[in-house]
Amino acid sequence: MSPDASVKTLVIDDRDVGATGDQTILEVAREHGIRIPTLCHLEGLMPAGACRMCLVEVVGSNKLLPACVTKVSEGMEVRTQTPEIKELRRMTLELLFAERNHICSVCVSNGHCQLQALATEHGIDHIRFPYQYPRLQVDTTHPRYGMDPNRCVLCGRCVRVCAEVEGAHVWDMMGRGSGTLITAELRTPWGLAKSCTSCGKCVQVCPTGALFEKGRAVAEMEKRRDFVPAILAGRDEGDDLMP
Amino acid sequence: MTPESLTQVAEKERASSTPHSLQVCTAAGCVSSGADEVLKALKAEAKARGVACQVKGVGCLGMCQAGPLVAAEPSGHLHKFVTPTDAAEMIAHLGEPPTERLALDADQAFFKRQEKIVLENSGSIDAERIEEYVAAGGYKALAEALSDLTPSLVIKRVTASGLRGRGGAGFPTGVKWATVAKAAGPRKFVVCNADEGDPGAFMDRSVLESDPHRVLEGMAIAAFAVGAHEGYLYVRAEYPLAVKRLKLAIKQAERLGVLGRNILETGFDFHVEVRLGAGAFVCGEETALIASIQGGRGNPRPRPPFPAERGLWHSPTLINNVETFANIPTILRKGAEWFASIGTEKSKGTKVFALAGAIRNTGLVEVPMGITLREIVYDIGGGIPGDRTLKAVQTGGPSGGCIPAEFIDQPVDYETLNKLGSIMGSGGMIVIDDSACMVDVARFFMEFCMTESCGKCVPCRAGTVQIHGLLTKIARGEAGLEDLDRLETLSTMVKRSSLCGLGQSAPNPVLSTLRYFRDEYLAHVVDHRCPAGVCKIAAEGEVIR
Repeated sequence: MSPDASVKTLVIDDRDVGATGDQTILEVAREHGIRIPTLCHLEGLMPAGACRMCLVEVVGSNKLLPACVTKVSEGMEVRTQTPEIKELRRMTLELLFAERNHICSVCVSNGHCQLQALATEHGIDHIRFPYQYPRLQVDTTHPRYGMDPNRCVLCGRCVRVCAEVEGAHVWDMMGRGSGTLITAELRTPWGLAKSCTSCGKCVQVCPTGALFEKGRAVAEMEKRRDFVPAILAGRDEGDDLMP
Repeated sequence: MTPESLTQVAEKERASSTPHSLQVCTAAGCVSSGADEVLKALKAEAKARGVACQVKGVGCLGMCQAGPLVAAEPSGHLHKFVTPTDAAEMIAHLGEPPTERLALDADQAFFKRQEKIVLENSGSIDAERIEEYVAAGGYKALAEALSDLTPSLVIKRVTASGLRGRGGAGFPTGVKWATVAKAAGPRKFVVCNADEGDPGAFMDRSVLESDPHRVLEGMAIAAFAVGAHEGYLYVRAEYPLAVKRLKLAIKQAERLGVLGRNILETGFDFHVEVRLGAGAFVCGEETALIASIQGGRGNPRPRPPFPAERGLWHSPTLINNVETFANIPTILRKGAEWFASIGTEKSKGTKVFALAGAIRNTGLVEVPMGITLREIVYDIGGGIPGDRTLKAVQTGGPSGGCIPAEFIDQPVDYETLNKLGSIMGSGGMIVIDDSACMVDVARFFMEFCMTESCGKCVPCRAGTVQIHGLLTKIARGEAGLEDLDRLETLSTMVKRSSLCGLGQSAPNPVLSTLRYFRDEYLAHVVDHRCPAGVCKIAAEGEVIR
């Protein structure tokens, strides 16, 4: 389909905003400084609609819609901060914290983690659900990088950056449900994966401490998004680029 | 092959019929109880005695629990629990009523109260011979559509019939077809969703095993209507017999010229391929199904864009369920008005249900929409076995809900079932008696959804785990009232924020049992007691692993 360049006017959180027809609600909101939290989204990668953090209410739709993939339309009325949505986002974050092992104080990404920042933003001081703490194997076979699935939120940004920007297709998802894991090639230890170019893009786009550079101690793993120029080209004032 | 020669095939087939015939059900249920051996024994016996009796395998006769089933024609007698050793007796007494041991009353409500459209040929034709389907009027509707109708006229008829998607959601079929027909694109696809995955549901399997050509004909008509020339049948690999018969049916249809290139010499091409699912429930969701056909991981993606606009290989794609396609040939043959005269105002036609659970007659039934649950459970199903009483009827599988016995006189249609907190679903109907614990029932379905979640979106992947954990805690009598609140909040959250239909409907069994059977939850939580005696309640300080 050809890009829809026609001008649309819509309302986001009681503010009149202008957009073109091929823009998503998220893009337009960010252009106008309206904050919609995201986790699996990263400017420059194909949107996935997976984390559900960016769900918004569109008047007239009985379903909540992910702002990262929903295109704007004329006269649309979007609400990004209803009590229901705020509660759903909180609960989504709590589910993520309970799912694996996200103990910030011993994490390489402490202080530079998008999940942590989102939790702070949403005022999360306790988790209502029992922690699952699965014991997942850490992969440190790569000479320069490591992968700790216990810290993984399965956002798929590593999979997408490797496929869409580096073109190497090293990473993929395996298994299903809560047993889903990120895997290199067909369950190959990362260090033995022949398709890996060791570019490190996956490490730099990972929102948490799941993918990290070796030799970093607690709180030292600050991700460098400028490492990924193709993504940087689409950079905006959004919050993909962590704190 | 021209439409005229199709008539000749039908006439030749009809002329070859013998005075007697014995029809052995060879659908999966009867095959698993030994129908193949029965068929072999009957054939051998008929040959040895030199009687003019055609012995053939046919599709599902319906009452799965009494299999292997054999129907005698033209007398209409039904035989139950047939074994190979019965062959001599049956051949010797052709046309006579079966002995008491073998007799199955063909006049009982189970058979008489049904109204068959989708299953009209099930149990009477050999699914492995296209000639029998043609003799039963098969491919006539396709011939008529191709030579006498335009695509828009076909769509008009389907719309007028009021047919709604039989996969569960009930979207108007005509509207879907019209959308794909209007969508722009050099290439379009027609996909048949045969990834039937609900526990306890086997309608689509039975249709594919019993009458595969009906589905192919429906797909070909749909392809003509929307302007597609390629189609896929996505079947779960757990249905080997259905796959075998489908592949054979495609081969036969291509040889006869009713599928493939230049169908019935009208210049219309439509090629169908079978694709096997690798055992994931989520692949019944249309966007996951598309990803799977393309060779990718069966993960759903957000809609819009809907497949009608951007589906398989980025092209406009029509996806319908097996039963939906199976209705099409009859709608065209008998007319939209005829179809619309069956059922209720908003739910037209019939629905096939797989009747299972605590019920006397388990099996496959086709009933007009609007029939009451009571008629299905007590008349057709024969009621609850033993001295048990009905507690609930579960429809829609893991996406549906439990309808309590007090609503037994409600009609079965899309709107009513929704109003009652369940869904029509694809047709699984599990009858639950008072020996079941509803917390346990909810937990069973949640375990299914938790295991079958694809893992892409957070609410479904992590939320179902927590819901299942809460239900387990409640079942053990270890939960407090705050857990009940949490269960409700979390269920609503998963329903509201999941990406696809699997997650959005996964909490339905929990929410519907909370709505109607809260007293059972409270008994577990407050009194630490399972009223049905199903759940193992933890003793003080005990840890159950």
